[in-house]
Amino acid sequence: MVKLENITFVYPGGKPIFDHFNWEIGSAQSWAVLGPSGCGKTTLLYLLAGLILPQAGRVTIDGQALARPRPQTGLILQDYGLLPWATVTQNVNLGLQVRSFYGPDGKHAPLQAVAAPSHALDFWLRRLGIAEVASAYPGQLSGGQRQRTAIARTLVLQPDLLLMDEPFSSLDPVTRKDLQSLTLQLWREAQFTFVVVTHAIEEAVMMGQSILILGSQRQMGTVANPLFGEPLDRDSLSYRQLYDELQARLGAA
Amino acid sequence: MKRGQVFTALLALLLLWQALAMLLDQPVLPTPLTVIAVLVVELGRGQLPLHFLASLWRVVASMLLSVLLAAPAGLVLGQSPRLNRIFSPFIYWLYPIPKVVLVPVVLLFLGIGDLAKIVIIFLILFFQILVLVRDQAAALRPELIQSVRSLGAGRRALFRYVYLPASLPAILTALRQSIGTAVAVLYIAELFATQYGLGYYIFLNGSTLLNYPAMYGGIVLMSLLGMMLYFGVDGLERWLCPWLRAGQPEGNQH
Repeated sequence: MVKLENITFVYPGGKPIFDHFNWEIGSAQSWAVLGPSGCGKTTLLYLLAGLILPQAGRVTIDGQALARPRPQTGLILQDYGLLPWATVTQNVNLGLQVRSFYGPDGKHAPLQAVAAPSHALDFWLRRLGIAEVASAYPGQLSGGQRQRTAIARTLVLQPDLLLMDEPFSSLDPVTRKDLQSLTLQLWREAQFTFVVVTHAIEEAVMMGQSILILGSQRQMGTVANPLFGEPLDRDSLSYRQLYDELQARLGAA
Repeated sequence: MKRGQVFTALLALLLLWQALAMLLDQPVLPTPLTVIAVLVVELGRGQLPLHFLASLWRVVASMLLSVLLAAPAGLVLGQSPRLNRIFSPFIYWLYPIPKVVLVPVVLLFLGIGDLAKIVIIFLILFFQILVLVRDQAAALRPELIQSVRSLGAGRRALFRYVYLPASLPAILTALRQSIGTAVAVLYIAELFATQYGLGYYIFLNGSTLLNYPAMYGGIVLMSLLGMMLYFGVDGLERWLCPWLRAGQPEGNQH
């Protein structure tokens, strides 16, 4: 579904973060992107989202070259990007508002924009368990509730590609685990293509059918994840082996 | 602050005024009772309300004018580092000039009508709002902008859903901070070439008619004008920016 072909990207005055980088993501797959901070994970997501464009090479989604953010792509950033002056309901409604602001122009909103049914908002508020805090402002929410709000805001737009940047790193372990399983459950239900960026090996093993390792040029590579979809058992031999392999590849990077 | 405490403080200040006036026993400091009596009479006679309304109109008109011009300009500068680099040196020089010294200049150029007085107050408010809105817009986290862009927002939607609401508190803060100065400068501006306005009324009664209680009445009204505007902006903020006052809810679990 998503193809990165010979991508080269460099920030002004910096070293190239990607140099003739290739990657292919199949439809409805779940990928974890693993790497240390500063290795270009977030840059990769911005490229996939069309928020930045590569200097060379191209990103195609369903065969279409990406030149600007695509309305069917959902992006959730590390700090959730909620509007501090809007309530949970208003935040979740923001994408729908933006869509009706432009109308179905194919640029900011899908051409065949199915007008979201009026109960979609309520549905996602309840599905994410934030209906009770619907009239609260982000400043009044816990980290988990903020992340849930950001997820609801994105999923109400029915994306076919969901990108998440370190979504759970600032949450406490219990909340993190809850949200990880909830996100996977939503992925199974809604059948979108899913890319999650993380620096934690454990999270990558839990969230990705395949794991893309980012680091310096040589260490870029993918690892199939045989443990995906199984309950995480940190003491099992297979987990230790996978963990050690990923750690070794990261360490070399 | 409790309502009762505020009221008690007012009463104490009035009593202090009364005591000072009785102690001094001079026409230049009438008692508050005398002033209030004169104020009621003057308000009934038809002239004083006109003075009050003239002043009110001038301040409100300049507030509106400055918000309408400074807020968009601040937003544009705040989200365009390139434009900001060009204009900020100019703002750097113009912002600290005490605008009140420009009163004679503005009067020379714009004549004696209301426009000159409105422009003078406008100059003060304009820079205050411009700078605060610019800084507020520039301080918006890039992640927030990118998140909203990823929801499909282009430039126009970003203005409508991000920059505009983000600048509201800055506009109101700028107004609240500068209302005191604005009313003070209004007084100065109304000393020149006008026959209406509280500034004119205070000066006329104080130095020409020597009607001291009426002069104090004018001062009281001018203070009320400042207070009204201050509380007005406060109320607007409460109404337009409810998130600023939202506290932590009790059931704050995950």
